[in-house]
Amino acid sequence: MATSLPQTEDLLEVSPRTNKFRRFLRVFLGRKVVIFGAVVILMLIVVAMIASLIAPYDPYQQNLRKALQHPSREHLLGTDPLGRDELSRIIYGTRTSLAVGIIAVGVAAFFGMMLGLIAGYFGGITNTLIMRFIDALMAIPPIMLALAIGAALGGGLGNVMISLGIALIPTYARLMCGQVLTVKQADYVTAAEVIGGSNLRIMLVHIFPNCLSPLIVLITLNLGFAILAEAGLSFLGLGIRPPGAAWGAMVNDGYRYLLTNALLSFAPGLCVMLVVLAFNIVGDGLRDALDPRLRGTL
Amino acid sequence: MVTFIIRRLIQTVFVLILVSFIAFSLLHITPGDPVLTMLGTEATQDQIDTLRHELWLDRTLIVQYLHWFTNVLQGDFGKSIIYRESVAALIATRLPVTFHLGLIALILSTLISIPAGVISAVRRGSLLDQFITVSANIGMAVPLFWLGILGIYLFALKLGWLPVQGYTSPFDNFWLNTKQVIMPAICLAVMPLASLARQSRSSMLEVIRQDYIRTARSKGLKERAVITGHALKNAIIPVVTLLGIQLRNLVGGSVLVETVFNIPGMGSFMVRAVFNKDFLIVQGCIMVIALVVALANLAVDISYGYFDPRIRYED
Repeated sequence: MATSLPQTEDLLEVSPRTNKFRRFLRVFLGRKVVIFGAVVILMLIVVAMIASLIAPYDPYQQNLRKALQHPSREHLLGTDPLGRDELSRIIYGTRTSLAVGIIAVGVAAFFGMMLGLIAGYFGGITNTLIMRFIDALMAIPPIMLALAIGAALGGGLGNVMISLGIALIPTYARLMCGQVLTVKQADYVTAAEVIGGSNLRIMLVHIFPNCLSPLIVLITLNLGFAILAEAGLSFLGLGIRPPGAAWGAMVNDGYRYLLTNALLSFAPGLCVMLVVLAFNIVGDGLRDALDPRLRGTL
Repeated sequence: MVTFIIRRLIQTVFVLILVSFIAFSLLHITPGDPVLTMLGTEATQDQIDTLRHELWLDRTLIVQYLHWFTNVLQGDFGKSIIYRESVAALIATRLPVTFHLGLIALILSTLISIPAGVISAVRRGSLLDQFITVSANIGMAVPLFWLGILGIYLFALKLGWLPVQGYTSPFDNFWLNTKQVIMPAICLAVMPLASLARQSRSSMLEVIRQDYIRTARSKGLKERAVITGHALKNAIIPVVTLLGIQLRNLVGGSVLVETVFNIPGMGSFMVRAVFNKDFLIVQGCIMVIALVVALANLAVDISYGYFDPRIRYED
């Protein structure tokens, strides 16, 4: 990560008149590793969109006579115990990962930010009630909470998205609440109060946009975490129902055939790692670009 | 300091009461009749009525909750539907296993991560720093169940150095237990290790820039004394906070690691209960785990107050 840390001298070259966005881009893309992360994420999105075009076989087509084949020119990664082409299933798995990641984080970010905004803005008893509830959610490890809620709701991909979303709420609420407490002190908020702006207007128009930048970083980092957690849950068997393709479930399917074709387990897990790594790197890059004080320290 | 501890203690109790709401509501957010879900479709009306009565589901919600919570306070989580045994007794046999694994993982991750982060910060930009940073980033991204399988493939199936799966009590066979515990403990440790190393590096870099470090250096202290005596003491605070947060991930990771390595701890127990729709076990596990996590966080908070006097006197 430290290969090409932007040093102060590099930044001095950027003219102060360069507009903010270009400066942001310059710092953000100034590190090769961030570009690598961005490319991986871009590839993930593109592959998910055109999965049906690039997958060499139908990922659901079973063919028991071709079960557990070794990698060959026909099946680059071999076939799974039901004779389905492993590569095609990995390609389709991008859709599951991306969908769960986006929706779970969307749910978490929306509710978490609203709760944090309300708690921070009104303070007092409202704050205490909301934040203690958040503390309670935080006392349960996210994957266990998602597992329990998922079990109660009855499994399935949709329910996994919701339960993961709920499990991820606390970080957003906490961060948002802290942000609001700082921003609330700003003169422009007092000014808005003085001219008689309603609570809702002050919260949404004046405070909310000014709290966003650390939250954007959190969202990016959380996408990686959500994908990791989804892989874990589908590895355990919660979430995607057969014959759907999810990387975590594929790792589990291949587990019993390690000595026959280890790639069945290794390849999908490697995909999870790459994607999560990419989101983490880009999240770090975003933070560096948005918050110069932290540049290069993490 | 005493007021600080008392205040945190009250907060912890409050949080646990809220957790009990969450655990209790699990049974009630199930679409359809929870009793039918638990017993399956072949249950007779008689069985259904008995269970409904046993779970007090024929009372109002408030009465149900109070009844359940009073029992929980006395350590009674009800009787498992599958095992036909007290949930508390079942948990009692599994908790030590998870605790054993978790403790090893915790020690491993703390002992390695903090020195790694400090070295990385002190030698910023060096090859060693790059290696540590890259490893930490990979460690944050690796799915631990996959890492476990990789380990099993390499060290158990190919090299034959370690057993594939299982858990023997260390009191029965210490040597076998050690061999069985190595891989799962390392898998569990990876995530906290990576994140603590990153945090140590980051807060160390922050501290090294401070004026008091320059002062310490300029008055001629040895570099080692500056780093361990002056810098580390200040840099450790955010690391300790993160340690509290990472405890959750450690416990959470046990769900996956225990499943991969077939270890009879809390994690695999809860997974099985989830698939068996044995809700009383799930509730019990959630309560016990929340209690453990909350107490651990309380300990972290108190040590935090010890490290940083400003926290103690806040409001």
